[in-house]
Amino acid sequence: MKETQQDLSYKQKEYWKKNTRLIRILLVIWALVSLVAAIILAKPLSEIQFFGVPLAFWFAQQGSIIIFLILTFYYAIRMDKLDKEYDVQEVILTEESSSKDKGVST
Amino acid sequence: MSVESLTLTLVILTFAIYLYIGWRSKVKDTSNFFVAGKDIPAAANGAAIAADWMSAASFISMAGLISFLGYDGTIYLMGWTGGYVLLALLLAPYLRKFGRYTVPDFIGDRYYSNGARAVAAVATLFISLTYVAGQMRGVGIVFSRYLQVDIVVGVLIGMAIVAFFAVLGGMKGITWTQVVQYSILIVAFLIPAIAISFKLTGNPVPQLALTFSDIARELSILQVELGLKEYVAPFTDMSGLNVFAVTLALMIGTAGLPHVIIRFYTVKNVRAARWSAGWALLFIALLYTTAPAIGVFAKYNLINSFNDQSIEQVREEAWVTKWEETGLLTLEDKNGDGVLAFSSDAAANEVTIDPDIIVLSTPEVAELAPIVIALVAAGGLAAALSTASGLLLAMSSAVSHDIYYRIYRPNASEEQRLKIGRIMIFLAVIVAGYFGVNPPGFVGEVVAFAFGLAAASLFPAILLGIFDRRMNREGAIWGISIGLAFTVIMILLMRSPQVFGTETPVIESFFGINAQGIGVVGALLNFIISFIVSRRTAAPPEEIQQMVEDIRVPKVMDKTG
Repeated sequence: MKETQQDLSYKQKEYWKKNTRLIRILLVIWALVSLVAAIILAKPLSEIQFFGVPLAFWFAQQGSIIIFLILTFYYAIRMDKLDKEYDVQEVILTEESSSKDKGVST
Repeated sequence: MSVESLTLTLVILTFAIYLYIGWRSKVKDTSNFFVAGKDIPAAANGAAIAADWMSAASFISMAGLISFLGYDGTIYLMGWTGGYVLLALLLAPYLRKFGRYTVPDFIGDRYYSNGARAVAAVATLFISLTYVAGQMRGVGIVFSRYLQVDIVVGVLIGMAIVAFFAVLGGMKGITWTQVVQYSILIVAFLIPAIAISFKLTGNPVPQLALTFSDIARELSILQVELGLKEYVAPFTDMSGLNVFAVTLALMIGTAGLPHVIIRFYTVKNVRAARWSAGWALLFIALLYTTAPAIGVFAKYNLINSFNDQSIEQVREEAWVTKWEETGLLTLEDKNGDGVLAFSSDAAANEVTIDPDIIVLSTPEVAELAPIVIALVAAGGLAAALSTASGLLLAMSSAVSHDIYYRIYRPNASEEQRLKIGRIMIFLAVIVAGYFGVNPPGFVGEVVAFAFGLAAASLFPAILLGIFDRRMNREGAIWGISIGLAFTVIMILLMRSPQVFGTETPVIESFFGINAQGIGVVGALLNFIISFIVSRRTAAPPEEIQQMVEDIRVPKVMDKTG
């Protein structure tokens, strides 16, 4: 019994470690496409053309937002997989709130 | 039908829909009232967040603001979308797992302190109040502009509508009306955008037209010829340091805004919280990637329709005289040559354009049917009402749930709590309406306040509460207090002409960072002080550390082993 509990907390730590590693990577990309590409490197990247606009301008007014969107959905998809791998998906939410809701809407 | 009667019909129709939804989703318990019974599907919550988030300012003013800022308009574009990545990755899933009703709930419980709870509740109230004043004003302005109704009457009508569905339906009523309001506002925003994009570039997708056509570069060249700034060049109005600080402050502030955070409590589970952040960003990005395109197209079009044109000829266009009458457009042939000219020199400039015209005039400039103009009015109202209702709920829950129930009367019954919640939301409507009718002189300035405070107080405290198990009560309270105090003092000193009526600001900037960006420094101070103080004081109690472990996983791992 004691051993399984230790296994459990080890597994939980491992899940958290994988989660925070993913978060770190995604946040680095988040900062690179916004704060770095559109602000810190704005001057040099303005020299490069990206189709009709300078590359820095594209990052500042289009690209960064599009990449933010990809990062957020990618995180949701990856975490779905991680939840499954570690068997921590929620089937339904707590009975308390689901039962309360019945018969109230419409 | 005239534009006015079309607008009136459409506005009445949309209001009827909101009232109907409010009536259908009337609630009987606090869970439904504060967090919509935690039963909202991820995509619907995403749409509700988007409507909650995008205000009258986002809808009417932002594209125009960007078209005047040029490249530096990115502070709003990246600042107000980048925060959702932080929410999705760092806050939303864990707060949903925590699963209570409000932001002060989390701060009070996690830091086992009613003092921290009270500070968070007061911060929530203050942040939401500064925000909501502008929304009610927006409702009044849309009414007066499109229906020639007095601003005060417009505010009163808006108050009555919001009060109805918010008091009856609480979060549930607000959520479903917001879903409808999002649909209306995004359609109203996209139709004129697609039309002007097609007219100028032949490409109907504004985002693609901006990237793949030469129009941004042409606008840049045109502006330089007129002595205005180069549109696509960075840092023409603001220093690079300020663009950096303001963008980051708006990102962190967005992630710390209570009315946005509480929306993540309304979904079914942790997974839905992650996905609804994605949906929210998708729905927001639809508008936020279109706005810079409209900014470029409309400005290019306006410059070409006025510059070097005869003033007589220009005035033959119906929309020109209409907007001249509102005072948003001023044409003045200063040198008497009968031809209009733009100039960077105010004394010689003959065309003055209010930024709001960029969005408002687009349907007429693109020669769209009057129904589209009516739709834009309904869209502006939807944007203002949806944001106002979300803020009102955040204010109501801070008083009725956090202060009344959690601190003052923990034994209050379900009925009492619900009743207080309804009374508070009603009071909040009155207060918001008051500020809508009598806006404080520095309304524009207090927005910097809302984001700065959220960035310097709530965001670091929540983040550390999740990711730093060792963070304790002392660290959080010191961090919040010093972060808040620093930010408030700095903004007051930099905005002293508007707030205290001094002739010049007491200080111009903090090492080059202006009032809009100062929240970043406040947040940094909060993080550093929290960390130092927490490591020199006792660790949080065992059950709090256990709670932190619990919110980190969607479901506690199988206990039977």
